[in-house]
Amino acid sequence: MRAYIRGPLAETAAGAIAADVLKACVHCGFCNATCPTFQITGDELDGPRGRIYLIKQALEGEPVSRLTQHHLDRCLSCRACETTCPSGVEYHRLLDVGRAEIATRVARPWHERLARRTIRFLTGHRQLLRALLILGRKIPAAQPKRAAKPIAAALSRKMSLLTGCVQSAAAPHFNASTTRVFAAAGIGLTETPAARCCGAVAFHLDAADEARAHVRRNIDAWIAELDAGSEAIVVNASGCATFIRDYPDVLADDPEYASKAHRVARAVRDPVEVLRESPPIAASAPANPRIAVHDPCTLRNGPGLEGAVARLLSGLGYEPQPISDTHLCCGSAGSYSLLQPTLSHRLRADKLEVLTANAPAAIYTANIGCWMHLGETSSTPVRHWIEAVDAVLGAIQETQTRETP
Amino acid sequence: MLDQFDSRIDPTFAPVDRQRLIARLQEALPERGLITKTEGMRVYETDGLAAYRGMPSVVALPETTAQVSAVLRICAEMSTPVVARGAGTGLSGGALPFPGCVLLSMTRFNRILAIDAQARMARVQPGVRNLAISEAVAQFGLFYAPDPSSQIACSIGGNVAENAGGVHCLKYGLTVHNIQRLELVTVDGEVLEIGGDALDTPGYDLLALITGSEGLLGVITEVTVRLLPNPVHTQVLLAAFPDVRQAGDAVARIIAAGIIPAGLEMMDRLAVNAAENHVHAGYPVDVAAILLCEIDGAAGDVEDGLSRVGAICLEAGASEVRQARDEAERRRFWAGRKGAFPAMGRMAPDYYCIDGTIPRRRLAEVLTEITRLSGVYGLPVANVFHAGDGNLHPLILYDAAASGEVENAEALGGAILELCVAMGGTITGEHGVGREKINQMCVQFSTAEIETFEALKASFDPAGLLNPGKAIPTLARCAEYGAMHVHNGQLPFADLERL
Ligand SMILES: Cc1cc2nc3c(=O)[nH]c(=O)nc-3n(C[C@H](O)[C@H](O)[C@H](O)COP(=O)(O)OP(=O)(O)OC[C@H]3O[C@@H](n4cnc5c(N)ncnc54)[C@H](O)[C@@H]3O)c2cc1C
Ligand code: SF4
Ligand code: SF4
Repeated sequence: MRAYIRGPLAETAAGAIAADVLKACVHCGFCNATCPTFQITGDELDGPRGRIYLIKQALEGEPVSRLTQHHLDRCLSCRACETTCPSGVEYHRLLDVGRAEIATRVARPWHERLARRTIRFLTGHRQLLRALLILGRKIPAAQPKRAAKPIAAALSRKMSLLTGCVQSAAAPHFNASTTRVFAAAGIGLTETPAARCCGAVAFHLDAADEARAHVRRNIDAWIAELDAGSEAIVVNASGCATFIRDYPDVLADDPEYASKAHRVARAVRDPVEVLRESPPIAASAPANPRIAVHDPCTLRNGPGLEGAVARLLSGLGYEPQPISDTHLCCGSAGSYSLLQPTLSHRLRADKLEVLTANAPAAIYTANIGCWMHLGETSSTPVRHWIEAVDAVLGAIQETQTRETP
Repeated sequence: MLDQFDSRIDPTFAPVDRQRLIARLQEALPERGLITKTEGMRVYETDGLAAYRGMPSVVALPETTAQVSAVLRICAEMSTPVVARGAGTGLSGGALPFPGCVLLSMTRFNRILAIDAQARMARVQPGVRNLAISEAVAQFGLFYAPDPSSQIACSIGGNVAENAGGVHCLKYGLTVHNIQRLELVTVDGEVLEIGGDALDTPGYDLLALITGSEGLLGVITEVTVRLLPNPVHTQVLLAAFPDVRQAGDAVARIIAAGIIPAGLEMMDRLAVNAAENHVHAGYPVDVAAILLCEIDGAAGDVEDGLSRVGAICLEAGASEVRQARDEAERRRFWAGRKGAFPAMGRMAPDYYCIDGTIPRRRLAEVLTEITRLSGVYGLPVANVFHAGDGNLHPLILYDAAASGEVENAEALGGAILELCVAMGGTITGEHGVGREKINQMCVQFSTAEIETFEALKASFDPAGLLNPGKAIPTLARCAEYGAMHVHNGQLPFADLERL
């Protein structure tokens, strides 16, 4: 399907991305079949084919209003549609262009602007965010504590580790576990203070320029690390990893950063990608082997790592239970759970039902957003899968694990 | 282009007071059940045939049969045309909005109401996706047989309206052979039950009449489908050919040998390459065509059937014959075939899918002629089709943005359909006439036959409000089209021998 993009956008790299994506779509409608929001509302405006059309008409210069914005806001960016599309349409790239364009043409009501600004502000203020999350009972006050484990192995390899904004406030133990597990594999991880937040929150909340500033700062910091011998950028929040892989699009109009953005994007690894190359060996059997693994959309639909975590944990003696409808998003989707509570809560209830169908002892996921969102209402404990690896490596005691508030 | 309705040769309706229509529909529909802004209706302007577009007056999204009846009653009273829409995957413009119509989207009818595993039946709402039925009954070892390539997305209501077929219809029949009962709302809002839970019902077979009626006779609000037990054993064979004619020849020989495959499909080089990019099924990409032949049944019969098919393919000139190594590979072979149309988006911005049928023994001849026509019109044509049924799907690749290409693609499509008729075939195998093939209906049927169709339509819908301008041409249209295309009383391809 060809689009006639009009206005200043037509001359930009973003306009070229949009034109390319639109050209590949043949309007067959297959993608609607796996879209979580279309399944709930039954309105084609809430399905990928409809959203592609909404963006197309906006880019072609037709009048746009809150109507288009509303239906694009309801998209989870889960990319289930992309895994279904036979024509290889990279929907999320078009969505990013469309959302940014519409943000410049349609004014949001004050309460939406305020909500967005508040979320962006908080992600930049770790202590305050942590206090609020605890007060709001989104996370438990106590963190899991583990006996400090002496790192025995020689750390012959080194990699960088993303600190994360929300994660460093809500679940700093994810990085602690990751560091221990990687150390056991002989890999030293370092966090770079200059690259703390990936920039996704700002980017998805109508503050593209603010996000670009983050992104440039991160690229500078990581390029320095890569030049100094760091092998990869390890990101244990799959949502952040997905956004970093999109840096080349985010800075598409910045020739100075184009090649650096590609280099950083290529260096991103989910921990599972590193660990599966030489799988860790369990020192003890898991205490409660029956588990459920929730692959976040950002792990399965972007990098195509569906099942990788479950396979790794199976190798360590865990017994991941079969799960139906794995393609459906849990409703977390970054700040979506705060901005679209109705759809988000419905998706969470459905997801928890399938995850707990076989009575697992715990649910393991790979993204901070899913962890917080599911943990908020789940009666089964929710953890990061790296904790499951950590628990069976070496003689550490599971003194206190995170339980749901 | 054909998406433009022409008041001289298409049905026309007096203008309607839109504000009043909206006010009345709002009363009949739930909150968020009516879209009235142009911005929100654009998405509904087209279906799987994206070159055709038309704007409705409003889009209605009912949730219950009572709401469907109420909407139809209002439309009947206000003489407003109504176009039903399922999943919008149709390839003949069946769900294309008639200008100013009420577009009735049935997507919210998405519940499976009852599964009776013992009686092998399921009662479902029309918006349920075809594949969702087989998924839901898999736990009972059952499946719903007709499997259009679009089965992941298309609705069962749309399947009934189009009498959809699919890969497995060669053995298990079309939609019409696999449904039992329908609930239909007539244009004046009356709810009818058609068919029943018993295998046969007294009186005329109205079920067969409604199946394939393309939204012209009523709106389907419930479907009872028949289910089949999963075959004990299923295996697929892939044969590669250096020449498409050899592949066509192999198909004719397989059928002539009395073998009934569960599916027998062909893809040519362009199609194989696009599909391979999508599914990585391990198709050989440097061949002229491949055949996929599936046989199911008892293990011994499957083995026997496959070895006979393999031998026939080799005799016909196949360069390679192999079976899927496991169930996962078998599924990938089919996933590639089922995604082959949209995968064409990787080759060209637009494709136009033709849906003619021909006698199977003439496959090789027709494919050669299509290649010639493709050269004459200067547009590439990929072929992916239900070879076992003789149901062709030439895919004309074009770029709607390039000047004249839409018209050129349409003209080439028309020429291919006329070729099918000339070869003793028909202009549609399974995608329906819709808007797209309305002119070719004039080639396929005589004036008397078209008058009979019109009389039948009038007995359900005297004012002609349901899906006007589709499926059955007016005689005025045929007169005009005929004047253009039939010279000196001769049909195109008059030199070809007719059956
Ligand atoms: C990639 C691709 C592959 C395809 N492969 C096949 C194939 O192998 N076999 C095949 O047969 N078709 C195929 N099709 C065509 C299409 O999927 C079928 O015609 C399907 O049956 C249409 O269903 P739908 O729900 O999308 O209906 P729509 O396209 O929405 O509507 C089709 C027609 O049905 C009418 N209709 C829809 N719902 C109702 C209702 N509830 N009551 C009354 N009328 C209604 C509409 O008015 C319209 O005339 C394919 C399409 C695509 C895009
Ligand atoms: S599946 Fe792909 S080609 Fe088909 S409508 Fe969706 S995005 Fe477009
Ligand atoms: S990204 Fe997810 S929610 Fe958005 S259109 Fe695609 S499938 Fe639907």
